[in-house]
Amino acid sequence: MSNGIKGFDFESPVIELEEKIKELKNLGESENIDFSNEIKKLQQKCSKLKKDIFSNLTPFQKVYMARHPNRPNSTEYINMIFGDFIEMHGDRNYSDDKSIVGGIADFDDDSIMVIGHQKGRTTEENLMRNFGMARPEGYRKALRLMRLAEKYNLPVITLIDTPGAYPGIGAEERGQAEAIATNLKAMAGLSVPLVSVVIGEGGSGGALGIGVGNRVLMLENSIYSVISPEGCASILWRDASKAPEAALALKLTASDLYKFKIIDEVILEPLGGVHRDVEFVAKRLARSLKKQLDELKQMTAEELIQDRYQKFRQMGRFIDGSLQKSKKK
Amino acid sequence: MAVETPHEKKSVPDGLWIKCEGCQEIIYNKDLESNFMVCPKCNHYFRLNTGQRIKLLLNPGSFKEIDAQVQPKDPLNFKDTTSYTNRTRKHQKKTGFYDAVVTGYGKIGRNNVVIAVMNFNYMGGSMGSVVGEKITRAIENAVKKKYPMIIVSSSGGARMQEGIFSLMQMAKTSAAIALLDKEKIPYISILLDPTTGGVSASFAMLGDINIAEPAALIGFAGPRVIEQTIKQTLPPHFQKSEFLLEHGMIDMIVERKDLKDVLDRTLGLLKKGK
Ligand SMILES: [Zn+2]
Repeated sequence: MSNGIKGFDFESPVIELEEKIKELKNLGESENIDFSNEIKKLQQKCSKLKKDIFSNLTPFQKVYMARHPNRPNSTEYINMIFGDFIEMHGDRNYSDDKSIVGGIADFDDDSIMVIGHQKGRTTEENLMRNFGMARPEGYRKALRLMRLAEKYNLPVITLIDTPGAYPGIGAEERGQAEAIATNLKAMAGLSVPLVSVVIGEGGSGGALGIGVGNRVLMLENSIYSVISPEGCASILWRDASKAPEAALALKLTASDLYKFKIIDEVILEPLGGVHRDVEFVAKRLARSLKKQLDELKQMTAEELIQDRYQKFRQMGRFIDGSLQKSKKK
Repeated sequence: MAVETPHEKKSVPDGLWIKCEGCQEIIYNKDLESNFMVCPKCNHYFRLNTGQRIKLLLNPGSFKEIDAQVQPKDPLNFKDTTSYTNRTRKHQKKTGFYDAVVTGYGKIGRNNVVIAVMNFNYMGGSMGSVVGEKITRAIENAVKKKYPMIIVSSSGGARMQEGIFSLMQMAKTSAAIALLDKEKIPYISILLDPTTGGVSASFAMLGDINIAEPAALIGFAGPRVIEQTIKQTLPPHFQKSEFLLEHGMIDMIVERKDLKDVLDRTLGLLKKGK
């Protein structure tokens, strides 16, 4: 998925080397010279470089990866994984929020409802999508589609990719807080399987607003956090440039969240991120979704609700002094 | 409920006289206290501490605290300019409480209730694992006993220092609220100044009846964040109780002196529906 967008600083040695290899190949073809030895050497150098750079990304570099302009967005995954996607629009109340997409689709000969935050690929599209930051009508559209899924007994898959819910005047007037809160409560009581996948940025309440799944998965280089590292740094350090420190402190990577048992599965990405081999990741994601849904489909509606309740009920770390006293031996 | 200091610190310093933040006038402390900590001159609402709030809403002597021993942990080993453990210790000393919410049983008139009162003086009333857990347990108790649930919110939102654990408290508490719907148990949410972020975007906005005190700041995003994002100054009264009432987000604005009476009457009427 190289469309000329420059990578981030830490990627540029790899990108430069890759371009050099490409140039050499082209030169060899047009001039009919055999550079295969040189190319082989460079390719070896490149894969070593990739390993050095990408296998030890810092949390803040992962934040960059999660926001990478070449990272696939929801509709791109929908088109790769599902067939016959029929998109639906609007919350039947105010408008159609284009920062959330959703509709019915075919998944391996079963129908599903898929809903996701939608970022754009171009500046123009990003403006139209509001950079994936939904307003209340986006959350209400998502809820409408989940209710529809209940009516037709379709499993729901949500794809999370947002910097956060939009902080604006209109969003506040129309009840951003109420919209998210209502979704949290509604998802908890949903009678069909719900699987959520963080594909890029899991930005706070705006992410959770479609993320109360029976299963929650994350792509390896995606992030999920209560606040952006920049926001956290400017509040706690009073200095936005401390974002790398905040990213580290917040423990927002997929592997952190897996260790904390907040998420159920990490979908591995190729070295250097999804955008280096999109098909590979789409296939892995499809396989995981299938496995998770097959398990959840065995449950009754009541079991699904119980399963979700217990899952989130256990989240939180605290000391219960009264238990300590009575249980201490 | 006391941690190290046996008595809760007053939100207003001791002394006979106090300067009102609203009108800058000097007010006699006794006058303020007898007027429910509302300035008799300009109607400015001073923040009540937890004890004062409980006294305001519940029948005298009816409050029985639960889960007082639930205490914060530091799951991320979080450190900014100081460690999270230092911060919680400092606030425990300052407020006399382990964390930012007190829960328990009580009576409002003839109604048994379960009540949760958030404490803004403790780390801005932020919701971490303890707040989420105590509120969820309180709701589960309300379900068990079939008592109405009252939550008094005052919070800047989720507690950053607990990272993803604090975010997930939004899902946990909201899922518990769903149980109240299922069991047809009344839930009244009282929103105080301020209620924003992860608390407004979870249980605080989910009341069967949402009640706000006058001129409370209530919203999802804080006004500063919005101003930075849209690069405009915000209209007057934006995100104040009156604004929320006008936009259909709360049922009523009730003056502090009337709160208990309104709760009593509302709960009484809801009971008769059965
Ligand atoms: Zn005054």
